Order: sequence, then structure tokens, then C-alpha cells
Amino acid sequence: MSAALLIDFGSTYTKLRAVDLGARRILATAQGPSTVTSDITIGLDLALAALAAKLGHLPTFAHRLASSSAAGGLRMVTIGLVKELTAEAARQAALGAGAKLVGAFAYRLTAADIGSIETLAPDIILLAGGTDGGNAEVVRHNGKRLAASGLQCPIIVACNRDVAEEVVEGLTSAAKNAVLTRNVMPAFGVLEIAPAREAIREVFIARIVHAKGIDRAAAQVDAVLMPTPAAVMEGARLLSEGTERHSGLGDLLVVDIGGATTDVHSVAVGAPRRDGVVQYGLPEPFVKRTVEGDLGMRHNARAIVQAASSSAFAVRAGLTEAELEAMLDAIEDNVERLPTSPHEVALDEALAWTAVRIAVGRHAGTSEIVQTVQGPVTMQRGKDLSGVTTVIGTGGPLAHGATPASVLKAALADATDPFSLRPVRPALYIDADYLLYAGGLLSAIDPDAAFEIARASLRPLEEREADEPRSQIA
Amino acid sequence: MTESSTALCAQGAAINKTLITGVIGSDTHIVGNRILSIALEKAGFKVIALGALTPAADFVKAAIETAADAILVSSLYGLGELDCRGFREQCIEAGLDDILLYVGGNLVVGKRSWEETERTFLGMGFDRAFPPGTRTDAVVDALNRDFAARSAPTPSA
Ligand code: B12
Repeated sequence: MSAALLIDFGSTYTKLRAVDLGARRILATAQGPSTVTSDITIGLDLALAALAAKLGHLPTFAHRLASSSAAGGLRMVTIGLVKELTAEAARQAALGAGAKLVGAFAYRLTAADIGSIETLAPDIILLAGGTDGGNAEVVRHNGKRLAASGLQCPIIVACNRDVAEEVVEGLTSAAKNAVLTRNVMPAFGVLEIAPAREAIREVFIARIVHAKGIDRAAAQVDAVLMPTPAAVMEGARLLSEGTERHSGLGDLLVVDIGGATTDVHSVAVGAPRRDGVVQYGLPEPFVKRTVEGDLGMRHNARAIVQAASSSAFAVRAGLTEAELEAMLDAIEDNVERLPTSPHEVALDEALAWTAVRIAVGRHAGTSEIVQTVQGPVTMQRGKDLSGVTTVIGTGGPLAHGATPASVLKAALADATDPFSLRPVRPALYIDADYLLYAGGLLSAIDPDAAFEIARASLRPLEEREADEPRSQIA
Repeated sequence: MTESSTALCAQGAAINKTLITGVIGSDTHIVGNRILSIALEKAGFKVIALGALTPAADFVKAAIETAADAILVSSLYGLGELDCRGFREQCIEAGLDDILLYVGGNLVVGKRSWEETERTFLGMGFDRAFPPGTRTDAVVDALNRDFAARSAPTPSA
């Protein structure tokens, strides 16, 4: 038997998935606490002991691969020129690399901006600005500001190529760790984020893993390959595109609800599906990730409620506003709290439903009818996801919730929001064993096995359940 | 029809200059703008064509990021004056104080004379306004002259 161990060093848990590559099946799952703040190997040892207990003994693993979102995840700041152009391209590159964006800046950095970046203390900065042959002066200015700052983190330079080397040299001679990569927007409206994404991953492996103390587990792990959100993205891409031997699932959407954020990944071109629709704005990455930092089931429960308006939310959860208030206070007092009473279960479902609703709404494109002298013209912003055929839910609230189908249905198109280009009639699945990240990690080694294992762990949500009227959560 | 081989080319200071083109506002008349963009590209300019239905702010954003040397705005459907209001001010706001601004297409509305129309657009801060039926050669010629004038050393006072 050729076995592989896939590890997710998370912020709360160290999760393990042991798989049999030959038989294409999952052997066991186990978890331990996350102990990155003291010594990451403690939590890993506990998780391995739990795994050994389930299996009788630990197999010899041919591959031991890890992803990490521990120690705050990969915290990044992005800098670009125009907010909607290179600054947006830089954001897309960072999100696509699985980073947690802690700050996004545009135009000329001021002394105050540098002060805030120093306070944010990111793990990596991505510096963009100007198309190739375009504006050079602003990125030059921003490079100088960074060079003169007290920042010590690696700075990836992905700007106008005319000045990129000069900017890197300026940073290097100020003793900064600067890395040169290709421009995120080489020509106007052309998004080329793959090289920057790759550079971010290389810096993550070479430096951040060590800086965060994750490499203490080096004796038990062959490689920490990427941040966990990037592994989930890779898993999504694998399922969508398939391998040489397996045809993929086609256009798909992954919704990942967590305690602090809700992530949405789409793998789809998302071009207009009707004739005569005018696409507007920057082109969208084929594999796109958005992170809603204000939509987390635990750390941001109140923000979710506010986004939906408290009174409407209380009705949805079948609670009085007073009950809702008291329960939100309780969650804020203890973010690790798991629901026990039926009221708490109803609250969690309403939180999950609302988070999915809003997060997918922000991820999906919109269509807008512009009145012209000649009559109406439809303009599309972002991706048209109405043709997406597969929607996958992952993360605790979906995998362990009582009615995952109705929660996931919040991702779908509905008549109350006709201009949101959400999936219309996809098949709904739950990533029951939390295997997407494992599939993403494994895809680099054995894509066929990775595909089969990840595919097999998708549990279809039966129509019956999906069509059941929501009892308490409308 | 064959391409005229005697079409004017960018000369001197104008060679390789970056130009933004597009049709402003809710205007879908793309044909003339496309012909113009292709002709300018062939003449030796670097053209960033934003196409039809382009909001004013997008011309400015594209010009900042690409460090463009000129913006050529087309308006055909009769609302050009409305759509172009504040265009120069937006450019100044964005730090493009002396970018070259042209407007053309079908700017005359109703019974207004071309002279009056031209005055209106020049008053709005455009460097040149072009009447309907302007040939692309005339545009290349104007760009050559304007870029030459801008690169000429300023006489010391
Ligand atoms: C084809 C056409 C349409 C087509 C457009 C198809 C398309 N997607 O392109 C359709 C049928 C959709 C259409 C619709 C309308 N049209 Co129409 N249309 C025309 C028509 C017949 C030809 C335009 C054309 O393509 N010309 C050929 C090109 C090569 O010439 P050009 O555009 O002038 O461009 C040249 C130069 O002007 C110059 N140039 C262009 N831009 C610039 C910019 C700069 C900076 C410079 C230097 C030079 C320059 O370079 C080009 C090459 O030489 C004109 C009448 C005409 N004969 O001009 C009316 C005309 C432009 N339309 C008109 C109107 C009113 C409309 C509608 C409002 C009608 C309606 N009520 O529904 C709608 C508006 C639609 C909208 N929202 O934009 C009026 C505009 C009146 C005005 N300006 O006061 C015109 C003038 C007809 C008229 N005499 O009434 N139209």
C-alpha cells in the first residue's frame, strides 16, 4: 500500500487526512489542537496519535504534505496604482495565492500609509503599479517609501517592467528582501497574475514557513507546500478541470464557511452568456477567490446579522431580537462555542445561510441595464456564474450542520435579486470529509488519485432535502 | 478597396506615443472609433482602445496606469457635451494636468454651427475638437504637430 498523509496546520486544529493512493480511498481522518504559538509538533503528535488509534498503527507514508493557515495565515499587503486596475490585479494575485489580505493600497503611498503598513506587519508585500511602458513614477515613489521604511518582510515587485529592476535594486540596497516577478498587468486590461502568485508561493515556502515556526515539524513533514486556501483552490481546480484520465466536473463554485471569514472560489470563465451583453471592467481570473473578512460564523457573527439587518435576521432564525442579542453576546464571549440548544442550531443555520447569500453575491458578477438613447443595453460586471453546474460546500457549518442543502441553496440565483449572476440549477455537494485541501496538496504528486479521492468525498445533497421547506430559517 | 499606402505616419516626437481611444457615455457607435484606432495603430502610435460605452472616469484611469500621452474621445449620439462635462478637471484631479485631449465624432447637435460647437468643447478644456467626417489622416497630422510643439524647447524668457 502506498499511503499519503495530508496535513492542514489550521488556526484552531491540526487536521490530518490519511489516504491510500493505490486503492484511491481515504484511510482515516484525525485532528489535534493547533499549537503553532508554542511548538507546532505538539499538536501534530497528538493528531498523529489519534490517527494511529483509529488505524491500529501508523502506515509508512510515501508522502507527507502540508498546507498552513496557522499563525494568522499568510498575511499580505498589496500596493498598486489605480484602485480598479493594478491595485485590483495585485489584490487578485494575493488572494489567488491563498493570502489573507490585511491591507490594500493604491496611488502614492504617504508617510501615514507606511505607518499603517508597519503596524499591520504583513508577512509579504506585493508591489504593483503601471502597465509595461506605462506609469513609472508612482511605483518608483512607492518603492522608495518602502525602502526608507522599517519594514523587514519580503517585498515582491510585480510592476511596470521599465522600472521593476530599478525598484528591486533600490529595495535591495536598503537591505530589504526584494523579489522580482512579472507585471500583474502588462498591458491595459490584461490580467497576468500567475507569475506573481507563483512568486508569493515560493516566498511562502522559502521564508514564511520558517518565520512562523511551522518548519519545526520538518522531521514529520516532507513539505509545507502552500497556504491552506491555496490548497482548497487547487482542489477546486482539479475537480473542475479533471486529469488526463478523468474528465472534470466543469464550471464550479466552492463556498467555504469558517469561523472568521467566508471564502468563495469559482472555476469558470464567466463570460457573458447572451448575445449583445457588454462586459465591463477588468477581466476576471479563471480560478477566482474572494474572501469576506466580515462574514465569519464566530468572530464576525454580529457583522453577519447586521449585514442582513437585525430584525429580518431574527425573523429568519425564529428568535426574538432580545434572544438574538443575548446569543450574539454569548458567541462573542466564547468564539469556540458550538451550538447545543435548538435555538443555537437555528441561529447558526441562519448565520451560515446569510453568510453564503452575501458572500456568493459579492463573488458573482452582476448585470445592469443601462438606458441609452437607443434603448436598453445590458452591461455585465464580473463573472456570469449562472451556468455553473456544481456547487460545493465546505467548512464546519456546512459539513456538520443539520440542513446543509438549504444553507447551500443560499448560493443560488433567485427572483429577489435578478441582477446577480449566480448559479441557476447546479448540483449541490458537501465536501463531507474536508478533502478539498487534501486533493489540492496531492494534485502535485498524483493528480489521478487526488481527483478520485476528492471526487468520492463529495456527498450529493439529495433533492428531497434540498426541496424541503426550511423549518425555522426561511 | 485597397489600403492607401500613402497614409500619414507618426513622425518625430509623435512616434510611439500612447493614445487612449473610446466612445464616451452610453454611446454605442463604435465603427468610426474602431477605424480611427486601427489607423492610429498603423500610423505608429501605441493605442489603447477602450471601445464603446466607456464612462469618462475609465478614460482617466486607463491613462494614469499606462502613462498615456493623449486621450481621444469619440461621441456620436448627440450627448457629447453632457458626457464630456468636467473631463479636463477629472484629468487634472488625477495628475494628468497637461495630457493632450481630442474630441470628435458627431458633436454638432440641432441647428448649432460647427464654430459654436468647437468653441464649446475647447472651452471645456479639449485641445482640439473635430467635425463630423474627419479623415484619419487629419488626426495623425494634428497629433504630429501637437507632439512636436510640446517637445520643442520652450524659448527662454
Ligand atoms: C451606423 C449608425 C448607427 C448604428 C450604430 C452601429 C454601431 N454600433 O456602431 C445604430 C443603428 C445602432 C445607431 C443608433 C443610434 N443613432 Co446613429 N448613426 C449611425 C450613422 C448612420 C453612421 C455612423 C458611422 O458608423 N459612421 C461611419 C464612421 C466611419 O464615421 P464616424 O463615426 O463619424 O467616425 C469618423 C470620424 O468622425 C472620426 N472620428 C470619430 N471619433 C473621433 C474622435 C476623435 C477624437 C477624432 C479626432 C476623430 C473621430 O474618425 C472616424 C473615421 O474617419 C450616423 C449618421 C452618419 N452618417 O454619420 C448616425 C448618427 C450618428 N446616429 C444618430 C442617432 C441620433 C442615433 C440614435 C440616438 C438613434 C435613436 N434614436 O435610436 C441611436 C443611438 C444609439 C446609441 N446609444 O449610441 C445621429 C446623431 C445625431 C447627433 N449627434 O446629433 C446620427 C448623426 C444620424 C443623424 N443624422 O441623425 N446609429
